[in-house]
Amino acid sequence: MNKINIIIAREFLTRVRKKSFIIASLLGPIIMGAVLFLPAYFAMNSQGSKSFVVIDESEQMGTLFVSDEDIEYRYVIMSLEEAKRDLRENDADGLIYIPAFNVEDPKGFILYATSNQSLSTISDIERKIDNYIEEIRLEASGLDKAIIDSFKVNIEVSTINLSETGAEQESSSGAATVIGYIASFLIYMFVFIYGAMCMRGVIEEKNSRIVEVILSSVKPFELMMGKVIGIAMVGLTQFVLWILLTGAVTMGVSAVMVSDGAEMAQVAAGDNTIQMEPTLIENAFSALGAVNFPLVIGAFLFYFIGGYLLYGALFAAIGSASDSDADAQQFIFPVTAPLIVSIISLSIVLEDPHGSIAFWMSIIPFTSPIIMMMRIPFGVAPWELILSMSMLILGFLFTLWIAGRIYRVGILMHGTKVNWKILAKWFMTSDEM
Amino acid sequence: MDLLNIENISKAYSAHQALSAINLIIPEQSIFGLLGPNGAGKTTLIRIINRIIQQDSGRVFLRGQEMDHELVRKIGYLPEERGLYKKMKVGEQLVYLAQLKGLPRVEAVKRIKQWLEKLALQDWWNKNVEDLSKGMAQKVQFIATVVHEPTLLILDEPFSGFDPINADLIKNEILELRDRGATIIFSTHRMESVEELCDHIALFNQSQKILDGPKRKIKEQHKKGLYQITFKGTLEAKEAFSVQQLTTNEEGLQQAVLKFNEEAKPNDLIQLLIKEVELYSFAEKIPTINEIFISKVTTES
Repeated sequence: MNKINIIIAREFLTRVRKKSFIIASLLGPIIMGAVLFLPAYFAMNSQGSKSFVVIDESEQMGTLFVSDEDIEYRYVIMSLEEAKRDLRENDADGLIYIPAFNVEDPKGFILYATSNQSLSTISDIERKIDNYIEEIRLEASGLDKAIIDSFKVNIEVSTINLSETGAEQESSSGAATVIGYIASFLIYMFVFIYGAMCMRGVIEEKNSRIVEVILSSVKPFELMMGKVIGIAMVGLTQFVLWILLTGAVTMGVSAVMVSDGAEMAQVAAGDNTIQMEPTLIENAFSALGAVNFPLVIGAFLFYFIGGYLLYGALFAAIGSASDSDADAQQFIFPVTAPLIVSIISLSIVLEDPHGSIAFWMSIIPFTSPIIMMMRIPFGVAPWELILSMSMLILGFLFTLWIAGRIYRVGILMHGTKVNWKILAKWFMTSDEM
Repeated sequence: MDLLNIENISKAYSAHQALSAINLIIPEQSIFGLLGPNGAGKTTLIRIINRIIQQDSGRVFLRGQEMDHELVRKIGYLPEERGLYKKMKVGEQLVYLAQLKGLPRVEAVKRIKQWLEKLALQDWWNKNVEDLSKGMAQKVQFIATVVHEPTLLILDEPFSGFDPINADLIKNEILELRDRGATIIFSTHRMESVEELCDHIALFNQSQKILDGPKRKIKEQHKKGLYQITFKGTLEAKEAFSVQQLTTNEEGLQQAVLKFNEEAKPNDLIQLLIKEVELYSFAEKIPTINEIFISKVTTES
């Protein structure tokens, strides 16, 4: 036992002291934060710098486009050709061309732009023109606008899960989906990254020929387990660092975003399209509150460790059978196929998180770490969770056993062309140390 | 007392027999040579002693105790296929390997510092192994083998890749360790290289042990009554001896290997010879291990 601890300590310390680990630990949360927040941030800020030139040949829409903080509109009176030519020199983002149109059949509106405009900008312009023409038509038909407005509805369906105890729990399948996806992908990524790390560690020991010296002190199984566990701890450390740093980055960024958002809400206070947003945000928060975070995090740690042990052992066995990364390639795909199938099946599971495909894939140990993490945010019966977890424990004990038998033979073999038949033969070799 | 008893060890790989019922006794404080061509089974035997692989049958005893995973710590093993973690620091790596052999950390650090100093490597504690020259890496490897003061030192092809200076250095360290009580097993296919160091030998060929015992005794047993002489003059075969080889050396002296027909004392032979020729040197021709090995293998097959 003592020797395993020494091996674990080496595997752990040599890796966490590497520059690449420190850089990945720091960059991970920054990139994650950037992926989550930068698009929103840019979307909010980039509008402020836009300016459009408007040519109104219909001579009716002279007051339709009013400059605000986000977009500056400038009406000009010149021919379309001249305006197009001047567009670049005037440093404007686009030219809105309003032809003399027929109210009954309005067409010919064109946006000439110097760069691709976002969908929201275009739909904003369309909505303004739509509203204007609708109003003209309404007036022409003699209907009262106030009455028409009173017909408009804007509802949202709240989903409430009835838990087994009968208590009502507000939930949002949107929040559950996002959490499920993030957890599943993290497990997929971690198993792959740290599994491959295990494999390369074994190949390094084989290639540098240190393995025989070490095997004269420890059993092959101890060396393999020390490596597998040591690297699991590297993964956990990285994960915890990411959580802490992402938390810090998120808090920092959202503090900036909230103050910006408040300004925006003030500016747009008159616009009725924005009024529903506070309730949306409130709903999102109450839905997040409904997710059982201690369960999700606890399950995540369990399936992360279990899934990693299951595949990490197999990766170690592959490493022991290979003299180089290239040799290992032929075995990687078949071994990791269940992982890839799991990721592909996520959308099926999402459609029916309690269906039979979802159920069986979350019980089978080779797919359960990913599939179960997708299901848990939607609520899983305790007996299913216990069954799945027990199966995963049995699963990794089984792969550790298989891997150990292949490893003890493979680790001393050099220059053998290994195929599945030879692996099977190593596995069957009877001697037990 | 005997340090190591190897009783009836057999091992077969799927394609071939690696060891067939090997019995071997290795005396305390001896330098024991396992000699034989590549593929004779030497490395397999060593790996079995180290419990790296499992024998099909037979047992190994160290001072009367059957070898197990605790006892194996008393062995220091330098494998033929050897290396170190390239990206690990010299000091750290030696401490790690010493700890795996059961040395407490503090003690390991102390001894490693002494060894590094002894081999003029004290400034390299914090350097990565990949920055060392080949000779330095070999010294580090040697320290890793002996730092836990093993009772039994097993060196598989120890001098392959060593330059002559380092080989000599290591040879002296090995002799010193023997004098302080360690027993040493050498394994090599280059029989001349360790012949001078060993006091006991065992010859292996095709999974069989074909000969073993104290080196001196083996040579004694394989003497064929041959004498090598240098002389001036003409030597004619007599009743008492036959001339096996006759050459002329660089100084213009004649050289001959003589085989005497019956048990005779060297003094009688010399008396016989000085009547015939002017004798410059006279020596009994003692067979080398290599010659014994070749004659053994050819007579057997």
